[in-house]
Amino acid sequence: MNGALDVALRLVAVFVVFLAFPLIVGQTEHKVMAHMQGRLGPMYAGGFHGWAQLVADGVKFAQKEDVVPAEADRRVFQIAPAVALLPYLLVLLVIPIGPGEGAVGQALDAGVFFALAVMGVGVLGSLMAGWASANKFSLLGGLRTAAQLLAYELPMLLAAASVAMAAGTVSLPGILHAFHWWWLPWQLIGAVVFFVAGLAELQRPPFDMPVADSEIIFGAYTEYTGLRFALFLLAEYAGIVVLCGLTTVLFLGGWHGPWGADGLGWVWTLLKAAILAFVVIWLRVTYPRMREDQLQKLSWTLLVPLSLVQIALTGIVKVVIS
Amino acid sequence: MTPAPAPSLAAAPHGFLSPTGVEIAFLLVGLVTFGAALITVTTRQLVHAALWLVVALGGLAVEYLLLTAEFIAWVQVLIYVGSVVVLLLFGLMLTRAPIGRSPDADSGNRWAALAVAVAAAVALVWVVADAFRTTWIDLTGPAAGSTRVTGASLFRYWVLPFEALSVLLLAALVGAIVLSRKAKAGTGTEADGTEADGTPPAVPSARKDGAR
Repeated sequence: MNGALDVALRLVAVFVVFLAFPLIVGQTEHKVMAHMQGRLGPMYAGGFHGWAQLVADGVKFAQKEDVVPAEADRRVFQIAPAVALLPYLLVLLVIPIGPGEGAVGQALDAGVFFALAVMGVGVLGSLMAGWASANKFSLLGGLRTAAQLLAYELPMLLAAASVAMAAGTVSLPGILHAFHWWWLPWQLIGAVVFFVAGLAELQRPPFDMPVADSEIIFGAYTEYTGLRFALFLLAEYAGIVVLCGLTTVLFLGGWHGPWGADGLGWVWTLLKAAILAFVVIWLRVTYPRMREDQLQKLSWTLLVPLSLVQIALTGIVKVVIS
Repeated sequence: MTPAPAPSLAAAPHGFLSPTGVEIAFLLVGLVTFGAALITVTTRQLVHAALWLVVALGGLAVEYLLLTAEFIAWVQVLIYVGSVVVLLLFGLMLTRAPIGRSPDADSGNRWAALAVAVAAAVALVWVVADAFRTTWIDLTGPAAGSTRVTGASLFRYWVLPFEALSVLLLAALVGAIVLSRKAKAGTGTEADGTEADGTPPAVPSARKDGAR
């Protein structure tokens, strides 16, 4: 195939995934939450079980007035949603969904580092929004976002480093090529730490202290309206897609499954990621919000030591089997 | 920060700046990085300075990429853009981060700072130019800065400086803990000192409660 055409096709495919999957996760969240709470959820938009609810929401957001507060720092305020959203688009590029050449947007030599580094940049968007809004609630939200990121970036990185040690490579397809089924119990602690820390980095419940609506309205996004607000929401759901995809690839074996690893590998990847996304929604419905000190305590006294234990375990097993 | 001069020297054996695409890109990104760094130190708006620092550090990461050091580039983004700048912004927000100009953002030491910066830049450029005068990067061959190559050279040839650096960082870590504990034991009310260095505010108070 022509080189430029190949690149363009890959970019288009990743972009379509980037636009479609977060909406699917969002719609699933509507319906799953509703049924867990004994409701029906959206039923009217689009006819069949309200499937077009989020499309309708998008149209609504697009019609709203775009307000920038008078005291705000205009330029930073306006750039912030893009800074929050674009990193997740970049991370999607490197997540492989199947074993073949064509199943990954761009295979990188240091894919794990790329994914984690760029995900960390996304939080900068929330910080910019929190500061530039000239609103005390927003500033508090930004502060809490920063504190949370500082606390949870470390265990996430250590857990990912454990897998990289086990595989002997930091490339995402390389890790999957080295995968064996017994990595599941071996890397179990790391998987839990990674997933929990990722949830905290995305500020999903029960780690949604930075946007706690009963205390600080909507944290850093309080002053946002219309399309820019929608972009922040989209960033959250794109973050769920990226986190579930990364956890699948790093800890759950990606395209590996009991059968059909060659032709149907991508089905396994999508299935595992979908189950993880369901767990994300499930956790939101199940657990109450954690207090700020509990958040910090969980990270520093539980997740960081656990991830260090995982690294030690990985090292010992690696030395024993080699 | 010395963004611009390195490429021309690295490419010296092939002629002074033979204008291939990568070299032109390197120079342009270097100029952007240099400009962002200049704005960082000259702007009167504190938070804008931190945000321009993001541009400068990101530009450096792109430069590493263009030099085929992919691993170093992502680590640069991870550590500096993702953590150090977040820590900086956190500190700014905790203390004061006014929107608009800060009239007192200028330091009386700026000429001394400029002199030190120029001296450091000259020394760095001199050392780098002298050390890498005859080396150049083969852009068409296998990546010279892949994770495997970087790791091998780091832990095979440069392991002693690496270990010395880790000891230095450990000493800094211990020092930070000692300083923050001493400030707390001294007065008990000076919460600002411990929070401004990035320690999450909830943790010290929890520890204080536990200690009493």
